[in-house]
Amino acid sequence: MKRRDFLAGAAGAFALPGAALAQVDPLDPLVWVVTNGAPVRKGKVTLVLPQLADNGNSVPIRITVDSPMTAADHVKSIHLYSERNPVRNMANFYLGPRAGRAEVNSRVRLAGSQRVTAVAKLSDGSFWYDAASIVVTLSACLDES
Amino acid sequence: MGARIQIPREARRGDVIEIRILIQHPMETGYRHDDVGHLIKRNVINVLYCRYNGVEVFRADLSSGISANPYVQFYTVAEASGEFEFTWIDDEGEQGLERQSIVVKG
Repeated sequence: MKRRDFLAGAAGAFALPGAALAQVDPLDPLVWVVTNGAPVRKGKVTLVLPQLADNGNSVPIRITVDSPMTAADHVKSIHLYSERNPVRNMANFYLGPRAGRAEVNSRVRLAGSQRVTAVAKLSDGSFWYDAASIVVTLSACLDES
Repeated sequence: MGARIQIPREARRGDVIEIRILIQHPMETGYRHDDVGHLIKRNVINVLYCRYNGVEVFRADLSSGISANPYVQFYTVAEASGEFEFTWIDDEGEQGLERQSIVVKG
């Protein structure tokens, strides 16, 4: 077996079962604050994370939302949630019709392999989400480790 | 607290322009200890505002889940010549302010 094939297989075996977990819990108090209990549907939002990060201290993240960004139909806010970070609500981004394009890029800290979720609030009051799983080999340090 | 901001110097009216900001800040999480075992106090940038000619076009609530030297990239529509004003505040109440001007044609 070639080394490259082995590595590809190993990465797949350790990946989290993203599809099985892909559900935002509307009763999660963190999500409730934003949605007030409204349903959060999958779609419209695209969350891009690397599949594997060597270092959890700085992981590039991109969130795009499929929206024309007009006064009548735009993204109001994007909320980022982590499964395992001590502060689970990593960031909130507030956009408006003047953004022109519903896209935000940043870099996040991740305390271990987990699933990251982005929830977007649209101007019509609907909520959409996307989630991505990531394997972090060296997590952002919570202590001296 | 310094910051590097990249926006186009010139744009045509109606163009969607990319804004990138990188702020020098440790984004101390509050979970780390120093050499003698004392907990290092949390100090992160809580909030970042971007105003375009006085109107808020972007705002972000950040937390310890954002990397040290936080980087944010977003977009806005070039509407008129003028000034972008970026402000941010950290847990110790220290404020940062940067301004950058843009020329919009057409």
